[in-house]
Amino acid sequence: MSGHTSSTGLLSAQRITLRAGARTLLADFTHTFYPGESWCIAGPNGAGKTTLLATLAGLRRPAAGHVEIDGMPVHDWPPVRLAQRRALLPQTAHDAFSASVLDVVLLNRFPHLSGWGWERAEDRAAAHEALAQLGLAEFAARDVLSLSGGERQRVALAATLCQHAPLMLLDEPLTHLDLHHQIGCLEALAAWSSETGRTPLRTLLFSCHDLNLARRFATHALLLDGAGGAYAGPVRDVLTPARASRAFGYPLTLIRDGDDEALVPALRATSRGASHQPPASRGAPPNSSNSSS
Amino acid sequence: MSARRAAAIWAVLGALALAVLVASLALGSVPVAPARVLAALFPLQHVTGAPLDLAGEIVRTLRLPRALAGFSCGALLALAGALLQVLLRNPLAEPYVLGVSGGAATFALFAMMAGCAAWLVDASACAGAFASILLVLGLARGELWRGEPQDASPRLLLTGAVIAAGWGAVITLLLTVAPEGRLRGMLFWLTGDLNGGTVPWSALAALLLALAVIMPAAPQLNVLLRGDAAARSLGVPVTRLRLRIYLVASLATAAAVTTGGTIGFIGLVVPHMLRLVLGNDQRMLLPAAALAGGAAVMGADLVARTVIAPAQLPVGVITALAGVPVFLWMLLHRRR
Repeated sequence: MSGHTSSTGLLSAQRITLRAGARTLLADFTHTFYPGESWCIAGPNGAGKTTLLATLAGLRRPAAGHVEIDGMPVHDWPPVRLAQRRALLPQTAHDAFSASVLDVVLLNRFPHLSGWGWERAEDRAAAHEALAQLGLAEFAARDVLSLSGGERQRVALAATLCQHAPLMLLDEPLTHLDLHHQIGCLEALAAWSSETGRTPLRTLLFSCHDLNLARRFATHALLLDGAGGAYAGPVRDVLTPARASRAFGYPLTLIRDGDDEALVPALRATSRGASHQPPASRGAPPNSSNSSS
Repeated sequence: MSARRAAAIWAVLGALALAVLVASLALGSVPVAPARVLAALFPLQHVTGAPLDLAGEIVRTLRLPRALAGFSCGALLALAGALLQVLLRNPLAEPYVLGVSGGAATFALFAMMAGCAAWLVDASACAGAFASILLVLGLARGELWRGEPQDASPRLLLTGAVIAAGWGAVITLLLTVAPEGRLRGMLFWLTGDLNGGTVPWSALAALLLALAVIMPAAPQLNVLLRGDAAARSLGVPVTRLRLRIYLVASLATAAAVTTGGTIGFIGLVVPHMLRLVLGNDQRMLLPAAALAGGAAVMGADLVARTVIAPAQLPVGVITALAGVPVFLWMLLHRRR
């Protein structure tokens, strides 16, 4: 189903409410995510990042409201056509049996298969290209059971990329990755979402715990507080020391070195005992060791 | 895996099954030359009035039905095993793990204890298999149907395993109280025995039906192996697919058990051997498992009725005795 050039990758949450048991994770949230935007979803553990991504992907129904993809409610899309437009990277990959990396990546071509479901040359080319984008070209023949956690995560990301959906939802794509590969993956994703030329802009949402990588590589951020509230906007307006401190329950401060910035945990005024003070944002810390020099 | 490679694999396994079939027809207490086997199967001219030759009669009425029963049982069991390993995403799954065979065995042994005719024993086995399928389905339907993006396999596996354990207790009870004279037949049934007599059309039809129903979904099975959430996000209707796999695997097991008793090990070993050698692409694996499983049980039955001829062993003894070392060897010598 190629040829959809207009308004693909447009994701819209319409007054959605998410609940987990008796807890309200997100209340009455309305927002539209546009192609070309790269969103980081941040928030403390249990704030509902995975639940939100699954809901936006159409895998679960919100307690109220609905999600639209390209102007149509997500549950009205036929499943395979929906999978041609939105890809989801789940948090965990199941590997009960051995399989080659190439075969695992090729599975994400499923929405594009026809007939008896055998891959064609273009499917193989897409898989090899996605592997190359993440520096995994020489891994194609490896057994997934022999991969390290970080390598497996990059394979999963390559699989999601080769689905060629204009809307991509990634649940913790950077877990198990070392810094070098975190940045490599984020650069590949940034190139993917803002690709120019014959490919139109694409929409990316990913959950992430590293606020500094988010500030550097995302264009926008959605900060969940886990109690119903959410802030959405340009990444530097949302992941501010004040908002992040409140959401994560620990005082954070922003330090600068030239053009480089970092959110770091602030030193507490009294070193040990006073750990239950309400978090508050502070000025520049006197002697943080995290600043580069 | 490409369609061409899969077709080549099927052709090789099909040729192997055909070779085992010819050997099964030719060998035995009365050896028949392969050329005469063909002549017996495809008589060129009908010599009406002439006395039929004994060898031809043996091939047509004794060996052919038995070989075909072995083929269909093995094919059904290997297919069911491969499917359940995908459904439960567990390499230890096999056709009997969810209790289908236990239900069939319990009902069949009841019928044998009551001294019923052979066809009634078969009918009871079939009824027992269906009773067990419905029981597991009723108890675990929430697990099959759950629409949440989480893994429902362990609960289904546990439900089936507990039902199977329950049937196992009843079987032991039946064997304990069974009259001495019937015990031998009951034990043969439990181990798996192909001493039938008629061409097993129902089992062959079940095999074709099972393949016809599940093969169009083979690409979806590959995706399902990566987890429910991943499969749903790729557009696979997970709930419907899981129900379809469960029903096809259970009905295949029911047909096999009704025809040949609980022949062990085929459903576990054959899919794994093929996976180790050929990879885990369900589009290739399901027909390949059917062909290889059929050839394996036919071959095992050939051994079972020739090794201490004229006495016969239950075929399940041979499949287990051969399957254990072969499987262990393949597992431990596997290159990484």
